[in-house]
Amino acid sequence: MGAGHHHQLHLPGDSVVHRLPPQCKLLAVFAFALVVVATPRERLWAFACYALLLAGVAAAARVPPGRLLRRMVIEVPFVLFAVFIPIVGLGERISVLGLSLSLPGLWAAWNILAKATLGVAASVLLTATTEPRAILLGAQRLRLPSLLVQIAMFMLRYLDVIVGEMRRMRVARESRGFEARDLRHAPVLARSAGALFIRSYERGERVHLAMLSRGYTGRMPVVDDLAASARQWGLALALPALALAVWGLTW
Amino acid sequence: MNSLEVRRLAYAYPDGTQALFGVDLSIRRGERVALLGPNGAGKTTLVLHLNGILTAGHGTVTVAGTPVRKDTLKEVRQRVGLVFQDPDDQLFMPTVRDDVAFGPANAGLRGAELDRVVEDALARVGMLELADRPPHHLSFGQRRRVAVATVLAMAPEILVLDEPSSNLDPAARRELAEILRSLDVTVLMVTHDLPYALELCERALILSGGVIAADGPTRKLLADADLLARHRLELPYGFAIPDA
Ligand SMILES: Nc1ncnc2c1ncn2[C@@H]1O[C@H](COP(=O)(O)OP(=O)(O)OP(=O)(O)O)[C@@H](O)[C@H]1O
Ligand SMILES: [Mg+2]
Repeated sequence: MGAGHHHQLHLPGDSVVHRLPPQCKLLAVFAFALVVVATPRERLWAFACYALLLAGVAAAARVPPGRLLRRMVIEVPFVLFAVFIPIVGLGERISVLGLSLSLPGLWAAWNILAKATLGVAASVLLTATTEPRAILLGAQRLRLPSLLVQIAMFMLRYLDVIVGEMRRMRVARESRGFEARDLRHAPVLARSAGALFIRSYERGERVHLAMLSRGYTGRMPVVDDLAASARQWGLALALPALALAVWGLTW
Repeated sequence: MNSLEVRRLAYAYPDGTQALFGVDLSIRRGERVALLGPNGAGKTTLVLHLNGILTAGHGTVTVAGTPVRKDTLKEVRQRVGLVFQDPDDQLFMPTVRDDVAFGPANAGLRGAELDRVVEDALARVGMLELADRPPHHLSFGQRRRVAVATVLAMAPEILVLDEPSSNLDPAARRELAEILRSLDVTVLMVTHDLPYALELCERALILSGGVIAADGPTRKLLADADLLARHRLELPYGFAIPDA
């Protein structure tokens, strides 16, 4: 059951940013995103400053720019969507390189692109400097609903197990001569998916028994002492605070 | 005092399958006992009663003097350490250390004391170096050992293992035997591996058709070919019981 690809997001290190308690970083990223989203799209200078702030965080965390950009590919669908808006958009048109584009469409595309890029970059920095497990502990610490945190925790743990089970079922199908070539084979795949669901459900029941056996009463025990000092909170919240200052100055 | 007392225990699953028909057994403190029996004999069903996951339809289970009841569950689960057959069912936390800490943390341990208990349990199964790895990156044998550590960390009165040697390679099987022998706790071990039972347990029980069909020294039971055949038990090909 090879190494889980979901761990590649994390870039181990020992920088100031890495050492900040996860709940501080989570809150900082959330607040930063709020400020970014609340910034009117016409304030180009503000967005440039936000980007600079993130570049500063990346430098402090020693996350190489190339890596940061590669991790941002999840943004591609937004980019494609944004590219279409000025082409199909209505209203006043301007001509760029011989192409007639809608001016409101261009502003809308810019709005989506700039805000999504800043938000994604901030999240990528968070996951690069924080282990998945620590992010969950931070969420627990911030008193996010315990059930949601537990679900995320189990996904983290069992993703590989379920992927492994899926692979074993595919091997079992194919070793008995099955090949999914066209739509007529869909029912077989659907039945496999059903079996996978039942297997996962039954595993869930067994895991629950194992948890009960060790005294589980509905809440995960909080064992790590993740208390953050005022200094750490200050350091983490400097990012949204500076962003807010930029927002105010470019008014 | 006995570590475990089971009296006239009967149980039917909700779908009507009667799995246990009146099981009687007692295990003294410090004994290592093998629970043998064919597929479907009710071994797993019996084991799930020992810490109150299933509640007896009829009869009683008593752990170190405490009867297993709704109001004693917390105490009983602390005293009975259950190791499940599939370690992936048992290890559900993101890292080995968190997993071993889960039980004692539920019991209220925190801080340095919790760390000490966790590290002690991992050291006893030789897994201390892997404490910060995620369980799904371990080999099967390593996961089985960590599963044992998760219950050792709760300092149980009795350790109950469901088929501990299944899916282990011979070296991992032997290492697990060494760990089990080094522990100073009462052990009840469900197994289809008769040589393993002989090696580790001085006493054996045969559960067959939902009742205890035989109870005695492991060596004596395994030497009785008729008894084994009556309960669909077989020694591996070429295996002869070594002289004492
Ligand atoms: N969840 C369930 N619902 C209904 N019947 C069940 C359930 N689990 C087990 N049984 C039935 O109860 C009987 C005893 O099952 P149990 O799992 O205790 O056997 P076992 O001795 O552990 O077998 P094995 O050696 O195969 O693990 C069997 O007839 C089985 O079919
Ligand atoms: Mg069983």
